[in-house]
Amino acid sequence: MSKPNPFLSLEFSILLPPTHFFLDPTPLSHTDFSFFTFKKSEVECLIRLFHSLVERANVRLNNFGLDRNAFRAILHSVFGMTDDMLMNRVFFAFDKDNDNCINAKEWVKGLSVFLRGTFEEKLKFCFEVYYLNGDGYISQEEIFDMLKNSLHQQSSEEETDEGIRELVDITLKKMDYDNDGKISFADFEKAVKEDKLLLEVFGPCLPEAKVECQQLKLVKGTF
Amino acid sequence: MGVALTRSAQWTAAGYGTRTLEITPLNEVILKEIVMFVESFIYKHPQEAKYVFVEPLEWKTNLDPSAFESGYIVSETTVKSEEVDKDGQPLLFLSVPHIKIRSLGQLSRLLLIAKDRKLKEAQACIEANRDPVTKILGLDYNTVKEDTSTVNILDKITKDEDPESEIKMKVGMLLKQLDLHLLNHSLKHISLQICLNPTTVKNDIELLKHFSGKGEQTVLESIDYTSDYEFSNGCRAPPWRQIHGEICYVLVKPHDVETLCVTCSTEGVFLNGGKTEDEGEINYERKSEIYKDLVTFLKEKSAKFSENMSKQVSLQNLEISYAEWPKASCIGNKRKREERKKERKEKEKKKREKKKNEKKKREKKKRKKKKGEKKKGVGEGNKSKSKTKQNKTKQKRTTGEYLLILKSAEKIEEILSDSSSENEEDEEPPDRRQEANADLPSEYWQIQKLVKYLKGGNQTATVIALRSMKDFNLAQETCQLAIRDVGGLEVLINLLDTDEVKCKIGSLKILKEISHNPQIRRNIVDLGGLPVMVNILDSPHKSLKCLAAETIANVAKFRRARRAVRHHGGITKLVALLDCAQSSAKPAQSSLYDARDVEVARCGALALWSCSKSNANKEAIRQAGGIPLLAHLLKTSHENMLIPVVGTLQECASEENYRAAIKAERIIENLVKNLNSENEQLQEQCAMAIYQCAEDKETRDLVRLHGGLKPLASLLNNTDNKERLAAVTGAIWKCSISKENATKFREYEAIETLVGLLTDQPEEVLVNVVGALGECCQEYENRVLVRKCGGLQPLVNLLVGINQTLLVNVTKAVGACAVEPESMMIIDRLDGVRLLWSLLKNPHPDVKASAAWALCPCIQNAKDAGEMVRCLVGGLELIVNLLKSDNKEVLASVSNTVSNNILLYSMRHLAEAISRCCMWGRNRVAFGEYKAVAPLVRYLKSNDLSEDVDNCITIHENGNGAVKLLLGMIGSSDHDLQEAAAGCISNIRRLALAIDKARYT
Repeated sequence: MSKPNPFLSLEFSILLPPTHFFLDPTPLSHTDFSFFTFKKSEVECLIRLFHSLVERANVRLNNFGLDRNAFRAILHSVFGMTDDMLMNRVFFAFDKDNDNCINAKEWVKGLSVFLRGTFEEKLKFCFEVYYLNGDGYISQEEIFDMLKNSLHQQSSEEETDEGIRELVDITLKKMDYDNDGKISFADFEKAVKEDKLLLEVFGPCLPEAKVECQQLKLVKGTF
Repeated sequence: MGVALTRSAQWTAAGYGTRTLEITPLNEVILKEIVMFVESFIYKHPQEAKYVFVEPLEWKTNLDPSAFESGYIVSETTVKSEEVDKDGQPLLFLSVPHIKIRSLGQLSRLLLIAKDRKLKEAQACIEANRDPVTKILGLDYNTVKEDTSTVNILDKITKDEDPESEIKMKVGMLLKQLDLHLLNHSLKHISLQICLNPTTVKNDIELLKHFSGKGEQTVLESIDYTSDYEFSNGCRAPPWRQIHGEICYVLVKPHDVETLCVTCSTEGVFLNGGKTEDEGEINYERKSEIYKDLVTFLKEKSAKFSENMSKQVSLQNLEISYAEWPKASCIGNKRKREERKKERKEKEKKKREKKKNEKKKREKKKRKKKKGEKKKGVGEGNKSKSKTKQNKTKQKRTTGEYLLILKSAEKIEEILSDSSSENEEDEEPPDRRQEANADLPSEYWQIQKLVKYLKGGNQTATVIALRSMKDFNLAQETCQLAIRDVGGLEVLINLLDTDEVKCKIGSLKILKEISHNPQIRRNIVDLGGLPVMVNILDSPHKSLKCLAAETIANVAKFRRARRAVRHHGGITKLVALLDCAQSSAKPAQSSLYDARDVEVARCGALALWSCSKSNANKEAIRQAGGIPLLAHLLKTSHENMLIPVVGTLQECASEENYRAAIKAERIIENLVKNLNSENEQLQEQCAMAIYQCAEDKETRDLVRLHGGLKPLASLLNNTDNKERLAAVTGAIWKCSISKENATKFREYEAIETLVGLLTDQPEEVLVNVVGALGECCQEYENRVLVRKCGGLQPLVNLLVGINQTLLVNVTKAVGACAVEPESMMIIDRLDGVRLLWSLLKNPHPDVKASAAWALCPCIQNAKDAGEMVRCLVGGLELIVNLLKSDNKEVLASVSNTVSNNILLYSMRHLAEAISRCCMWGRNRVAFGEYKAVAPLVRYLKSNDLSEDVDNCITIHENGNGAVKLLLGMIGSSDHDLQEAAAGCISNIRRLALAIDKARYT
């Protein structure tokens, strides 16, 4: 894993929206939408950035996109993500055409959600990250998988499992409104709208708010 | 050794002949030391070991001849040592059971032979040879018992030029060393022993009394001192027994034993000879062993006592001042709790076993999945493997850690419950923990589990647990206390210190809810939650700021918390929150941000409202520039915002500084505006603020000019909300101090409504209503109105109350009404005057003064006033006596009463009144003397009363003060007064002359 690259952060920070946006509980209306999508110049900037990243990452392969490792490195260094499994999942969410490689289009689209996404977009994005097997539901097993590293302090593996089971039950009880043992998008949307804390309920998959603050400060300091 | 043995060793007190050593720890230690010394002597000092004693040490031994082996000539009943002295006598000679030993070497050997019985032997030896040193070294060596120094011994030895003397000297010195060592040792030992003192004994007895009485559950039937008299040193024993260290004697009747008469002395507790029945004398002699304290003694003597004691100890709800008992009860609880836990665990185990099969299946599935994943990600496989290893080792380590955490949590709990019993502040409610033996609700266990996840989970698990915790009914006390009791508060507060915004938000959301509970508030403060929350106020996240401020608003409901907020710079930060709204209130680019800033400011104001109940905080808010910000926020139209803002202002308006600032910032206008709001709470706060501010005329005028009187008057009609009614009537009271306002209130028909509120209202409302009527009735029309509305009857009825503030207001109102002759008649008919008179006896000076003022118009306007007053037994004397009062206000009012009602006074009383007034004038009380006295003098003259001899004498007797005053009056510009005063003086002088004449003729 490469170390966080300060230059990279700076380049991103130009594109970042103001901090309060990330903790804003009020969903944005569509009229505000234009405000949060990228300007043409910004898109150009992003694409330039993409190409430089591709160059940096794939000198040998001369590929047309970012592979998973390169993408994860970016997620880690710029957005402060740490969980391997979730980074993979974010990669899959970005990689719409499932070719194990993120091309320029996917890159810009993904980042627009990442950085300027509306509440609805983020909601959708998170849900996509959390459900993997493509059936449109987050199943009990998937939740278990995502939470399995979330407890450290139990005495035996068995007890840890027990604890995680419990957590899975808790989330299901909380979010599974139609009681079918799995979380549909409707369930997810309803629960998150009720309490915004549940947006990243199964692990962080959006840029950390903390990182935003730092970068916002950086931007303010430099410009 | 000699000194040690005679001084420190505890010999049995009684007995003749051979005395025995008591078996006490101290003696045992001394014996052991001696044994050690003797045993090692033969090795350490082989030369000296051969020294032959002057006299043999003899005692009865229990040793069998067969125990002696080589070096001894053993027969059936005798043993001789092979070692002999110069004369061929053996140094050890045993003839069962007597043994004689003449050297330290032989003593050493004997002890070695005695093995485990050596202590017994040593004891027997010392008991039989009370002065071993004399026997060893000869008499002359032991005469130097106390003042000896080694020099003395040296002297003696060097004088004898015996070759043996050198060895003898060495033995002597060695023994001396041992002696010193023993003394030191015993000193240490003695200092370790706890000495009883009168206080501890008293506490013990008080405590036991607490648990004595009839019935099976008590520890004793009764416990009483033999003497009721307690000396100033806390002892009850007679002085000649106190010399022996005795403190008191107690008669104890346990359930299962006869009454015991017990001596408590500084050395301990023991049974004495008992109380003789006929004389009541106590036989002071000790009849039992000494126990270290009363409880130990009784445990030994009464089985029932020790049984019931342990029962009492395990009972939960003992609230005892005694230090040791609560600890014990805690332990009892813990045990019960642990038992419960065990039960639960067992149940869970069964469940788990059922689930096990299921789980195995799941695990298999998982493994398969993992494999699949590994295939997908190439470089990832190794990493995850190593990670799981790490996890495993971590888990092993963390079990211990977890236990530690649990333990430390328990400790904290203990400390908490300890400190809570101190109850440092009156306003804080006593800490109540959920009783362990009460049936704990299921929520308790669920919450406990969640807290476990909070402790041991990463961010994701923490957020889930927090979210789930929030779903409990946090308004319910069981849940609030459960979170605390399982150590959740600590975790929640710790989370606030992390970088995780989501965790902070989740934690604050819970803290905000549970901090409605007064006990939780205290716990949060005790755990240092406030500084952390104050720090969060600096956060760039608005929702975090809001939550922190709201939680502070809940927590800062008691003094200590408010102080903590201030000390950590919270006030400045909270005031800064108010600024948010101001900066964005300029034409904002987006209403969205505006709303959020307003919310931040609202929460800030909410917290300030709580904090502003402390005076120091009021000042801090002002210094932080809070007033202009609050004034600015008052211009908004959000009710939610206005309530805390006005609330803060209202609290702060008790300070003069604030009232001035409120005037300067044109806040009154906005307060008046908000009186018209629909929100009852806002109306209440605004009215309260007006009540506080309307102390000065300018503000009262402002309220009128901004049209505030009408809404106040109309708010009177809604009487359901008593708090608001109290605030509104208070505002009306203060406003009506200005005459213009009183007139306005009449126009708005507030007087009638106020009269209607004189009955069936809580005291807070009554005080204000009556106060308002008192002010309004300064005007003629209003007085008439009050009478016509039938307000006099309820007012007079209120004269019998006990609330001082209310009485002051009621007397004032009655007095104001009594100015009207027609009203006066009614008051008189209602017996109001008599009630006023009786209030002159009220202990509170304000009430007295107010009652006296009220009496003036009453008496003036009464038709047959003289008759009325005279009918009141002692009335006149009472009022004249009041002139002796030290209270200025009382004096002023009473003298006014006096001077206004001269008609009523009989000659004697009048003269007395004058002289009293004069004396008071001499005391330089700042009240125009003339005002009180002049009318008296005038009256005196006009009726030629001063010609009455008695009066003159009274005035004269009261000293020069009166005459001086009269002289001063001659210089007055009032001709009549001049004349009157001069006449008085001439009468007095004439009288004096006449007396003189009489004397000389």
